[in-house]
Amino acid sequence: MKIKKNIALSDTGFVFDPSTGNSFTTNPIGMDIIKLLKEEKNGSEIKEAILHIYETDDVTFEKDYYDFVNMLHKLKITEGNAKETN
Amino acid sequence: MRKRQINIAVTGLNAIDSPGPGVPVIRALRESKVFDVRIIGLAYESLEPGIYMHDLVDKTYQIPLPASGKENLLNRLAYINGLENIDVIIPNFDAELFNFIKLADVLEQELKIKTFLPTLEQFEARHKVNLEAYGKKHGIKIPKSKTITSYAEITALGDEFTYPVVVKGKFYDASVAYTPEQVVNYFNKISSKWGLPIIIQEFIQGQEVNVTALGDGKGNMIGAVPMRKQYITDKGKAWSGISIDDEKMMDMARNLFKSSQWKGGMELEIIRTDKEEYYLIEINPRFPAWVYLAVGCGQNHPEALVRMALGEEVKPFETYDVGKMFVRYSYDMIVELDEFMKISTLGEL
Repeated sequence: MKIKKNIALSDTGFVFDPSTGNSFTTNPIGMDIIKLLKEEKNGSEIKEAILHIYETDDVTFEKDYYDFVNMLHKLKITEGNAKETN
Repeated sequence: MRKRQINIAVTGLNAIDSPGPGVPVIRALRESKVFDVRIIGLAYESLEPGIYMHDLVDKTYQIPLPASGKENLLNRLAYINGLENIDVIIPNFDAELFNFIKLADVLEQELKIKTFLPTLEQFEARHKVNLEAYGKKHGIKIPKSKTITSYAEITALGDEFTYPVVVKGKFYDASVAYTPEQVVNYFNKISSKWGLPIIIQEFIQGQEVNVTALGDGKGNMIGAVPMRKQYITDKGKAWSGISIDDEKMMDMARNLFKSSQWKGGMELEIIRTDKEEYYLIEINPRFPAWVYLAVGCGQNHPEALVRMALGEEVKPFETYDVGKMFVRYSYDMIVELDEFMKISTLGEL
């Protein structure tokens, strides 16, 4: 799964979709995930990066990560299938 | 560069809860880089707020309501022109456009006043009543529509439409009806205000996006800025909106200008469905009340319209800022009774 190319992400966690005008806010870990998705990292690369920065375990990460990317998909700021997370 | 002095008459000074485009058009003209404008306001009622906005409007004259006919309008404009030497008139109401279009040649030849309006054929073709045929002609998806003129036709709507449906007035107003009883209610409400016919339109689920645009009458789209409403009033008007980037929609608008040869300002009201289909639900034959957003995005459409009205060639705008917002506000002006008296009794202020 990829984040749409034109999605703008500010340093304060403000996400703007210029094609729909929709905007959202996210917390720092959400920002990190979106940045990694914009860099076209795959699921395991994102996991590695997040586990390196934050104190969490594999199971918690995976559960929260899938919830988060599903939400991004529902908000239509992604390209491709939400299941394509690896 | 020295700005050219020019006198421009503008209608639509009703900056109320369902605002006319006059005040934003004037703001755009005041910010013109090429014109130093004197603004002549043309008002129908003595409580149109623009009349009292002296920093925007230099002088206001009352004009006769559209229903009183084009001869009365011409006589009044001749009188005003005698005092003000108007260069260009920008009418901003759907209901008055018929008269102004009919008078356009006379205004230019006899009073030397320029306009930049669609032809009568263009104006009539995009009318809500004719929109379905218009869509077919120009290759645009339009929700199924039916024109009705009596209660008797409401019962049978269930055979042709699935509820909800949109009940629309000839010029203004639209409400979503979920039952035939609600259709009757809106039929009464809208027809008492705007007359018959009433238009019944298929309800399309999706996001409403609007485009303010300008055509040169030769098939070119001179400018266009699409906007998504962010905050909508109970009258369905945008109280806040944001410019968006949607190339498909811009292509649709560009093709429409090419095919229709539209001349003048225009607002397209479009529904974008979840499946990325675009349905044109309405064409307004003038600038919308949110046209000042286009100026904020780098496209001064009213200025470009005036330049074309004066016979200048204007190159199409190529870019606009995406993610620019407008937020409307209400503001209480204090008005001296003397001013209200003058516009009410003398028809001038």
